[in-house]
Amino acid sequence: MKRLFFALSVLCLFAVTTSVAQQTLTIGFTVSKTGKFSVDSLEQYRGVELWRDQTNAAGGIKAGGKSYKIQLVSYDDESDSKRVQQLYTRMILQDKADFMFSPYSSPLTATAAVVSEQYGKIMLTSGAAEEKTYKLGNHYLYQMFAPAAHYFTDVLDMLKTKDPKATVAFVYEDSPFSVAVVTPAKPYAQELGFNVTFSEAYAPNTTDFSPIIDKVIAAKATVLLGGGHYADGSTLARQLQGHKVPLKMITLLVAPDSPQWTELGDAGVGVIVPSQWEPQVAFKAQYGPSGAEFAKTYTAKYNTPPSYESAGGYACGLILQRAVEQAGGIDTAKVAAVLNATDLTTFYGRTKFATAANEHGLQVGHAMVLAQWQKDKSGSPVKQVVWPLAGKSADLKYPMH
Amino acid sequence: MIFKRPSFWLILLIAAVFVYLPLRAEDAAMREDMILVALAIILVSNLNLMIGYTGYVNFGHIVFYGLGGYVGLYLVSVRGWHLPTAALTAGVFVSICALLFGLGVLRLRGAYFALATVGILQAVHAFVSNFDPWGRSTGMYLSFEAYEPLGGAMRALWTTYYLVVGVMALSLILSLVIKRSKFGLGLFAIREDEDAAVVLGINATVYKAIIYSVSAFLPAVAGALMFYKNGMIDPSIAFEYMLSIEGIVMLMLGGQGTVVGAALGAGLYERLRSYLLTSPKLSNFHLVIAGGLLLVVVLFASGGLIGWLYKFVPRSQEVVE
Amino acid sequence: MIDGVLVGAVYGLAAMGLSLIWGVMDVINLTHGAMIALGMFGMYLMFTATAMNPYVLLLPVIAIGLVLGIVVYWMAVHRVLGRSQLMSLLSTFSVNMMVIGIGTALWSTSPYNVNFTLPGITVGAYTFTGNHIAAASSALIIALALELFLYRTRPGRAIRAVADNREAAELMGISSTAVLAIAFGIGIALALGSGALVSTLFPFTILSGAVYQLKSFVVTVLAGLGKPLGALAAGVLLGLLEGAVTPFIAVSWIPLIEFGLFVVVLILFPRGIFGRATA
Repeated sequence: MKRLFFALSVLCLFAVTTSVAQQTLTIGFTVSKTGKFSVDSLEQYRGVELWRDQTNAAGGIKAGGKSYKIQLVSYDDESDSKRVQQLYTRMILQDKADFMFSPYSSPLTATAAVVSEQYGKIMLTSGAAEEKTYKLGNHYLYQMFAPAAHYFTDVLDMLKTKDPKATVAFVYEDSPFSVAVVTPAKPYAQELGFNVTFSEAYAPNTTDFSPIIDKVIAAKATVLLGGGHYADGSTLARQLQGHKVPLKMITLLVAPDSPQWTELGDAGVGVIVPSQWEPQVAFKAQYGPSGAEFAKTYTAKYNTPPSYESAGGYACGLILQRAVEQAGGIDTAKVAAVLNATDLTTFYGRTKFATAANEHGLQVGHAMVLAQWQKDKSGSPVKQVVWPLAGKSADLKYPMH
Repeated sequence: MIFKRPSFWLILLIAAVFVYLPLRAEDAAMREDMILVALAIILVSNLNLMIGYTGYVNFGHIVFYGLGGYVGLYLVSVRGWHLPTAALTAGVFVSICALLFGLGVLRLRGAYFALATVGILQAVHAFVSNFDPWGRSTGMYLSFEAYEPLGGAMRALWTTYYLVVGVMALSLILSLVIKRSKFGLGLFAIREDEDAAVVLGINATVYKAIIYSVSAFLPAVAGALMFYKNGMIDPSIAFEYMLSIEGIVMLMLGGQGTVVGAALGAGLYERLRSYLLTSPKLSNFHLVIAGGLLLVVVLFASGGLIGWLYKFVPRSQEVVE
Repeated sequence: MIDGVLVGAVYGLAAMGLSLIWGVMDVINLTHGAMIALGMFGMYLMFTATAMNPYVLLLPVIAIGLVLGIVVYWMAVHRVLGRSQLMSLLSTFSVNMMVIGIGTALWSTSPYNVNFTLPGITVGAYTFTGNHIAAASSALIIALALELFLYRTRPGRAIRAVADNREAAELMGISSTAVLAIAFGIGIALALGSGALVSTLFPFTILSGAVYQLKSFVVTVLAGLGKPLGALAAGVLLGLLEGAVTPFIAVSWIPLIEFGLFVVVLILFPRGIFGRATA
């Protein structure tokens, strides 16, 4: 009797384990642990890591009757494009990655794309808003970030509803990202009927904006769009206030999104930043967690609120997960077909990829969220989502002072 | 003549190792590691022509590499040229620019020239960042079709690797040839005592300009090849000041003034660097260690590792140049 | 225009240290930029620790600079003084690498700020920030102090004697090694001081000194070696030049023009515009 019981339980155990056959799904990407992208890259990595932990805890990705445990393989690319190619090759050939995520930043992503395309691996990109990469004839790239062109066009749309007669000035960093943002924004502003009176790029690492500010004053601009990264953006905001420039709206790239922005005190209040995602924005998620849930679990794990880089990283995981589920497995062609047909809203917003051969993978569904620093009831500065109107948490303050 | 030098055969051996190892293992990952070492050897041995042979520090050496990359990528992506012709043209173009520029800049002596080279690097960087046909600060991207003439991306990357190894061998052979030539003697004379050399009838400015130009050629070709492989170029990755600095450290470490020293220094430093960067504690100190290494070499062993070898085994000077 | 003068005075101060070291011992100090950045951090650390007025904290920062300079002299410069210029370039360069390496390890590349603002002066539509005015005034005071030191005090004269003719100075009983060490120390102290002044103007990282180092070289070759007030004047000139040129061309061309100027001046005046007969 005992032996029968023993044999039966072994049989049961065997049946149970084979019916839930565990496979692994390996995703490879590089992280910039050192070098100039280290801060942002870490946040992107954390988003991916959180997604992995949550999904594996729930039993992995379930597709085609099997469940896949997610395994992440990553190396430090030192923010150096030469290392990126070396490491992506290794991850594909030696670590046998099934899918790739991009490094953080457009130049590194462009370099990684050469390798992933070469080996026919699907790569979801985050932290990369440059459009050129998708116009080179790729088959397996998928962009999660809204392309650079949208950053200011959405701001101009918002401005049009408030002050169609504004005089606009562009003061931006002469670096690939800001240039990619401003170049389509200028004609768009003119199309919308604004008077663009001044536009100039400053060298990266500029610390003294007095000459350019003097020109902005002389051009009698009432709205300023521009910036680049944290150092120059924060300095520009500070010096604009120091010179008492009479502006009704200031929109800067990247810088106001940093938690350090509060250090500027009054100089930082009223400034608007276009962002890929903000914790306060409330999209109705058709798949995956809601924005509030994501923010809560992220903050609980890392003791700091999620940034849009983290959201982008997490969203990469989410979209890939859904594609594998729908494709019933990890076959590249099948997963690619699902990705091409994706049109979905998650906590991150709407995701849809262009499928024409000359712009495959370009993100066409995701729109920018605009956040403005405002003083709350106690007088401390707080970031509020002011656009799109459907997801706003506060009204736009225009003029800013 | 040159074939009689043992160093010549040593160079060929090194090149053969570079070709054979990844091929045998059919390991693209190893190829990726080795191409970076080969690149370092190219940059360092050409830098040696200025620093080691002529005694003139060039802080902006990487400008040749970056410019070569730009010209090469421009010719391939915008003009549709084939890679080998584009790379050679890039080399020639950059050398000619270097020669013309050099005739002016090399009137400066010693340290002033060194400072000017920093300025040249910065100036070219700034110029390219503002130059529209080359994509300004966004740079140029290579469409994936550009790899078709070489048989598709995968084969193109292997072919590029062999070409780079070829350029590496040429760089080392070039160093050897110059060292053993009358022109080289003139350079050494300038290094030892420029005033005396001038008195003896050497037109120092012309000699310096020629070697400056020569030291530009192969790095420019390598630049065209490497950025073709990279798929895109922009000013920040083309003109990395760090690479110029590391080139100097590698050269001093290996042994400036010697042919093999360049290869030795580059190889060792790359190894050291890979080790440092994977060790989580030390990765932040990479620059400190490199700086410390340079200081120690300068203060106590200015001939580098090969110099040390010469001290302990004087006969080796004939064999390992 | 006035902005150009204010900014230029700081360029001049930054250049003074470089110029002094170069003039006295014919060493081109490639740690200059890193030292300027250290001055910025030194001010930051003291300001966050004591919350005292930065312009008062300037004095301890300069004092630290003096000591640091003497240490660097013994470490890297003393042994290479007799040898080729190549070696002194490389030795100071290696110290530069180490300082930047340590700085990056300690403070990463995120920007730091010294949050202290003086009220500015407004004339019409243009406002001149108080911090800029204070920085320029401090630069002027330091330059005058240095000039007085070099020409009116014994140690100062000893430094100039060693600069002119080391052997003769030794024959006169001046310990040249001590003098050189102190001169180097002063040069570094000036670099740290200018960094400290600049720290209140904008966010900085350990790499921020590089911009000032390059401007210092331009100023030094314009002014000639070892003349503090000359460096100040040339700095102001550079600031004015920048100010004059910017209304007409995009600001991003400025670095290009400055370096072009730098190379051209070096070519046309290989030993400096007001050059020394023996460099």
